[in-house]
Amino acid sequence: VPPKASVIGPGAADVAFEVNGRPAHVHVPPHRTLLDALREDLGLMGAKKVCDEGTCGACTVILDGRPAYSCMTLAVACQGRSVETVEGLARDGQLHPVQEAFIAEDAFQCGFCTPGQIMSVVALLRANSAPTHDDVTRAVAGNLCRCGAYPNIVAAALSAARKKARA
Amino acid sequence: MTRVVRTRVEFEGTVSEEMALIQGEDAPPWDATAELGIVGHPHRRIEGVGKVTGRTRYTHDLRFPGMLHARILRSQYPRARVRRVDANKALSLPGVRAVLHRFNAPKAAFRGEETIFRDEARFVGDEIAAVAAETEEIAAEALRLIAVDYEVLPHVVDLEEAIDDASPRIDEHGNVHDADKHDRGDVKKALREADTVIEETYRTPTQLHNSLETHGAVATWDGDLLTVYESTQHVFGVRQGLQAALRIPLSKIRVVCEHMGGGFGSKGGVGKYSIIAALFARELGVPVRCVLDRHEENIAAGNRSATLQRITLGAKQGRITAIVHDSWSNAGLGRWVADPTGPTKGLYDVANVRTRSYRVLANTGSLAAFRAPGYVEGTFALESAIDELAEKLAVDPLALRRQHAGAEKDLVSGLRYSLKRLVDCYDIGAEEIGWSKRKPGGSRGSAPGLRRGMGMASQTWSGGGTPPAYATVHVNPDGTAIVRIGTQDIGTGTRTILAQICAEELGIAVGDVRVEIGDTESPYAPISAGSLTVASVTPAVRVAAMDAREQLLEVAAGVLETPKAELRMEGGAVVSRGARTTIAKVLEELANYTVIGKGARRPNPDDLVLKTFGAHFAEVEVDLATGEVNVERVVAVHDIGRVVNPLTARSQVEGGVIQALGYALSEERVVDEPTGHVLTTGLETYKVPTVKDVPKIVVRFVDVPDIEANNVGAKGLGEPPIIPTAAAIANAVANATGVRVRTLPLTRKHLLEAVAAK
Repeated sequence: VPPKASVIGPGAADVAFEVNGRPAHVHVPPHRTLLDALREDLGLMGAKKVCDEGTCGACTVILDGRPAYSCMTLAVACQGRSVETVEGLARDGQLHPVQEAFIAEDAFQCGFCTPGQIMSVVALLRANSAPTHDDVTRAVAGNLCRCGAYPNIVAAALSAARKKARA
Repeated sequence: MTRVVRTRVEFEGTVSEEMALIQGEDAPPWDATAELGIVGHPHRRIEGVGKVTGRTRYTHDLRFPGMLHARILRSQYPRARVRRVDANKALSLPGVRAVLHRFNAPKAAFRGEETIFRDEARFVGDEIAAVAAETEEIAAEALRLIAVDYEVLPHVVDLEEAIDDASPRIDEHGNVHDADKHDRGDVKKALREADTVIEETYRTPTQLHNSLETHGAVATWDGDLLTVYESTQHVFGVRQGLQAALRIPLSKIRVVCEHMGGGFGSKGGVGKYSIIAALFARELGVPVRCVLDRHEENIAAGNRSATLQRITLGAKQGRITAIVHDSWSNAGLGRWVADPTGPTKGLYDVANVRTRSYRVLANTGSLAAFRAPGYVEGTFALESAIDELAEKLAVDPLALRRQHAGAEKDLVSGLRYSLKRLVDCYDIGAEEIGWSKRKPGGSRGSAPGLRRGMGMASQTWSGGGTPPAYATVHVNPDGTAIVRIGTQDIGTGTRTILAQICAEELGIAVGDVRVEIGDTESPYAPISAGSLTVASVTPAVRVAAMDAREQLLEVAAGVLETPKAELRMEGGAVVSRGARTTIAKVLEELANYTVIGKGARRPNPDDLVLKTFGAHFAEVEVDLATGEVNVERVVAVHDIGRVVNPLTARSQVEGGVIQALGYALSEERVVDEPTGHVLTTGLETYKVPTVKDVPKIVVRFVDVPDIEANNVGAKGLGEPPIIPTAAAIANAVANATGVRVRTLPLTRKHLLEAVAAK
């Protein structure tokens, strides 16, 4: 539960939250974004800084179960909340089915947008286990890919959903 | 034996002769009958796990102990003399370590200029000063504290205004410079005798690369040894640029780019940011990172030039007899310019051709190569004009192209093509899209007010590759292999195809090959640009793997006491008359022996021209009331020799089509003329395609190996798929609506204006 608004800052504040199922603590100024906290304070480089202003989706993480642009989320607003990043998807050396599908369908070229795309797809599949083509394109419409891997990203999402349904 | 030969090299439309060093014997070419178990079959990217888990480290992600962050102060004026820089306030900000500007920075040559900080800022975004600080945030804050005294000078930013004699001169020789010309036959006579002539003007916008990983570098010194990690398409090029700037020996510079987040041509050499990082790192004795933000990327990291093109076509009795193509490109301050008239010179068999290409200077960010530079712009104009001529002649535009697509010799050099299957591309594409159903004047759409149409366009590009390129293949005692070559994987799948080539030659699994690239400590390979990579590096890796295999068989012959001629490699084992001994078992006998094979890329054949060809077909639906163009389907067919990895090849074509879709419909750098500021610096205002914009894309290959080109029979594919898409879409829109839009991007505004003018 996020704390009730109390005065934070102007100096650095302690923030305790959960990252990939484990407790995390950072001591950050109030204007620090979640993206910077992940990358600079916690060393999690999966989420990428491409625009830093909420226009590309490369920094997408899952915040309390919903996809969020971490560059548009303040770290101090994450107190007590749960953050999932691309680093947390694989378990016991096993890739997440969406990660598997991204490789099998060749859903990336340079790979820079990939962590964000994957987090958007993972969030979609948790909310909707049998998405349509339209559901998928809506879910990743906020994730730009300059290499143009879009057709394969959609194919990967649909194939991961089908596999999940069969499992 | 090592010897030096001369070889013809084509890079992005320019042909040159270069010296190449060759060693050993070439591998015999894999012809169409070669039975290959790995090459030519789809393979997943071998670096896939790193990329989907977020483990892959790009330049942006590198952090070193004590590392400082540099940020760059950029000119807010399109043209101004820098009279004074006062950095005292910035230097007194806690956390700031140093400031560089034109009055204190050491001389550092950059692309023919003596210093990285010009005394006269030439565009909004030009480097004025740089700050190194403990965090990026402090560095950014310090930039605001630097006071610069400017003398503002008159400027010009628009291409057509810059051409105008009344505009401010940026260069003492004027703003318009000759860039390229070609003459063959007699165009005047041909046009006089033509029975049909069209003459039209086409305009294309400035396109911004918007690689998701912005330009950037991290520099670290270990004594006098400099290591620069840079997001680049050419580690050796960056090394050369650093040598020129810092005047230290090449042997003291190492450049590394293991993974990079897109370049599309813009990351071809050293950047001012790399030099700034290296200068600060040397001065301060700690690693320094200098990475551009999105807005800097879109003002100061290159672009595809806007063009103004005039084309005249003449025809007599249904045959094209003359082409005149004049083109002006906004180069910013660029010292070169891509040539939009390239396709005009060679695509069609036309006897009388006159082309002129001009480089125009303006106070904007300079061009950088952008995926098929020049050819994308020129093909839009040429292929639009061909359709306009077909309409005037009342003939099918594909039929008109077929009539002129048969030349077996390159029309500029007179040399024979090693392979040309353009007509096959037409056949495959026409069948796939259902061209026979295309009607002149288009057809009714899916709802009232909607019109449907089909269009197509052709492409030609180089892609034959070049020496020098060298590789080594190590076979480890456990039977796995390591390929080492100083090429880069810019997202195209280079790593994976090199693993395939090596695995094929050694008879081992792709998963048992590691590929080490992106490091100047490896054998030399050329820039990953100009669709050079596949045809340059795969032949070298193949020879290295073959060399390793032969050595391995010699070792096995000794260990197994069997004549070498009776041994072959298969499935990770040495096989002899049904007996299998794994490579590991063979090498076990020789403690810690490593087989090292080496290979060099052979020169290109002297008497042949190596080209790629292709054709794209588009089907669109257009809303005449709103001007909205909906591209429903694109069929892309390419003739690129052997396809090494059909999985990644298809991805690359889809990506090219999608990038071209942005160029055709939505992408345009907008510059405010009075202030010279780019207004489309962010991804909110500069519209790259999203998943929602993507049509159905069908990818097909002729897939006939070009055995005269190189030992793999493969040519490049990076650029071909971006070349003909915009023209195919424009032609489809014209077919659907009866209205010709000659200005890209083909926005609602441009289409509705054309409808209104009709």
